[in-house]
Amino acid sequence: MIKSLKAAIVLFILLSVLTGVIYPAVVTGLAQLLFSQQANGSLINDSSGKVTGSRLIGQSFSSPGHFWGRPSATGPFPYNAGASSGSNLGPTNPALIEAVKTRIQALKDADPDNQAPIPVDLITSSGSGLDPHISPAAAEYQISRVAKAHDVKPEILRALIDANTEDRQWGFIGEPRVNVLTLNLAVDALH
Amino acid sequence: MTSNSYFQIIVYIVTLLALAKPLGWYMARVYEGESVGLNRLLAPIETLIYRLSGVNPNEEMRWTDYAVSFLIFNLLGVLAVFALQRLQAYLPFNPQSLPGVSSDSAFNTAVSFATNTNWQGYSGEVTMSYLTQMLGLTVQNFVSAAAGMATLVALIRGFTRRNTDTIGNFWVDLTRSTLYILMPLSLILALVLVGQGVVQTFSPYRSVPLIETVSYEQPKLGADGVALQDAAGKPIMESVEAKEQVIAVGPAASQIAIKQLGTNGGGFFNVNSAHPLENPTPLSNFLEMLSILLIPAALCYTFGMMVGDTRQGWAILAAMTLILVALIFVEVPLEQIGNPALASLSVDQSATVSQSGGNMEGKETRFGITNSALWAIVTTAASNGSVNAMHDSFTPIGGMIPMWLMQLGEVIFGGVGSGLYGMIMFAIVAVFVSGLMIGRTPEYLGKKIEAYEMKMAAITILIPPLVVLGGTALAVMIDVGKASVFNPGAHGFSEVLYAFSSAGNNNGSAFGGLSANTPFYNSLLGVAMLFSRYWLAIPVLAIAGSLAAKKIVPVGLGTLPTHTPLFVALLIGTVLMVGALTFVPALALGPVVEHLQMIGAK
Repeated sequence: MIKSLKAAIVLFILLSVLTGVIYPAVVTGLAQLLFSQQANGSLINDSSGKVTGSRLIGQSFSSPGHFWGRPSATGPFPYNAGASSGSNLGPTNPALIEAVKTRIQALKDADPDNQAPIPVDLITSSGSGLDPHISPAAAEYQISRVAKAHDVKPEILRALIDANTEDRQWGFIGEPRVNVLTLNLAVDALH
Repeated sequence: MTSNSYFQIIVYIVTLLALAKPLGWYMARVYEGESVGLNRLLAPIETLIYRLSGVNPNEEMRWTDYAVSFLIFNLLGVLAVFALQRLQAYLPFNPQSLPGVSSDSAFNTAVSFATNTNWQGYSGEVTMSYLTQMLGLTVQNFVSAAAGMATLVALIRGFTRRNTDTIGNFWVDLTRSTLYILMPLSLILALVLVGQGVVQTFSPYRSVPLIETVSYEQPKLGADGVALQDAAGKPIMESVEAKEQVIAVGPAASQIAIKQLGTNGGGFFNVNSAHPLENPTPLSNFLEMLSILLIPAALCYTFGMMVGDTRQGWAILAAMTLILVALIFVEVPLEQIGNPALASLSVDQSATVSQSGGNMEGKETRFGITNSALWAIVTTAASNGSVNAMHDSFTPIGGMIPMWLMQLGEVIFGGVGSGLYGMIMFAIVAVFVSGLMIGRTPEYLGKKIEAYEMKMAAITILIPPLVVLGGTALAVMIDVGKASVFNPGAHGFSEVLYAFSSAGNNNGSAFGGLSANTPFYNSLLGVAMLFSRYWLAIPVLAIAGSLAAKKIVPVGLGTLPTHTPLFVALLIGTVLMVGALTFVPALALGPVVEHLQMIGAK
């Protein structure tokens, strides 16, 4: 018993050092060496070198001149990247239906002439509350509003959307998606 | 379902099965002490570990010594993780200056990680310092997985040995699992994940400017830091503008790799693998999902090799795969249909080339329906419990299937080691039942199954339902249990049932709406996790000891072959019958009622 207690304690310490100190330190060292951009949060720099956000973390957009992202359920404000969270609303919860109706109304108020059905990802909150993407359909739906706000032709915006769309990885994994932050940076750069 | 959806699922299953044999072969050689390619590098480290800790690697243990070693080692793990959480404010690698964790939450998390459950009662980025994540949680991710694998190997030795009272050396099995299997795989996976965009840094959280300022309301605080109230007792709100976004980072990739490979599942961030910095791309998602089932699938082949008949391993893998695939093809369409309550609003939920459609609440755009639903099945089939979408927001039946997979006892792949030893318990029950039908003494892999083995197997099968149903009943009867429920109606009951199904089977996923970080749930779920881990592992080791002492019966005319399609069907039948009979009444009260309400409300 005493012998196995000693073995347990020493082995626990040794395995802790191996898997809890050496292993993460080696991964960090190699990660910083090989993939320093990704390992530090995939940050985007503008032309002057100033950080303007992360390619992988969405931001909240609500002005008519920007493409809007997925609704976010993080608190106390949407897209709080310091405290990720989903809404956890169940499918039959009246609060979910109310939230969806409010979001539909906001989209319609911002673009009253647009009668197209709204892509579902644009009115449902994401799992992380930080989803950087919307579906290509959700981007297409918003073209008329953004075009009016900037007084540009829809074709110009469509080209920007294409440039900021990632296809399924390797042609078949995952879903096609539009990066909202980089798209809006490109829209702002039109002027 | 779209053709791309079918294609992605098939590629996943085929890749998994293709890797089972090579990895299974490798692990069998590791456990049989034979040389593997990594020996030159790792054998000196292994020898050094034994020398420093005074372990004689050639010393054999009886099952009782094996179990005691296992328990002592786990107790040390619980104490270490508890202490690290309580003291993290005074320890280094805490760049956000996070305070110590409350004692009930620290207890829950310590138990959760030591038992390989990884129920996540806390929110990672606002609770755990980098040191706690690495030296507490990552370490337990490794060793709790290794302990499960060790228990399995001890059971296998029970079948292969004869007339002996020993089943191996726990310290050796633990060390070799960690050193030769889990560490190399984790290192490779962690680096690939960083390449995809998972963060791995010791730097503090980054602050970046927002393009659009966000204004929001928050309670106004007085000079003493307490929220001010107006005359009516309501909090006074003030308007605040956020011009910056703080992005939580940290040494995530190293933790996530073993979290997936060791069927642990406790995330670095609150939303687990839904977080873009924990699971950034479809490829990272594919690899994380593959890692969940990789070792449990390969261990089936290891089992077959070690008992000297690989067909035995393939038969069990076939039973697991058939149930998994069947449930995938039920789950994906359920989520793809979407929410009927949104159909009457002008919302497009159809799957087209430019959107995944379906029930997107709580799901990420890059994963869409197919990869969110597939992950939900995979993570609950294995006792992994990591999520890439919020299960609480799934359709009622779409949420019920993951819950039922846990209730089956985490034997459809299950946890590393624990899944297969659980499934072997079901195989013992299956040969016993068929033995009764044909009037012969049941035997499995040449060992007679007698009253002692049956009693132990029955305990392992009965304890989890007792914990799940008893815990749920208790929680919904008392006010502190009900106060944590978030969604109204039948769905609220599902949240509680899901929590106990998860803790009572060492899974760890959650219907996240339930506020489980309370003294009541932290304590009760902690106890549930302890029961379902040790009241299974100890009887399994007891069976191992009992079997090792028996002689091997030669195959005769009355022997039921256990590698045939007939046995696969018998095994599937046993698992499903026990799971269905035990849990259908409880499921009827939650998800089934909600489903009927949902389709009736049209």
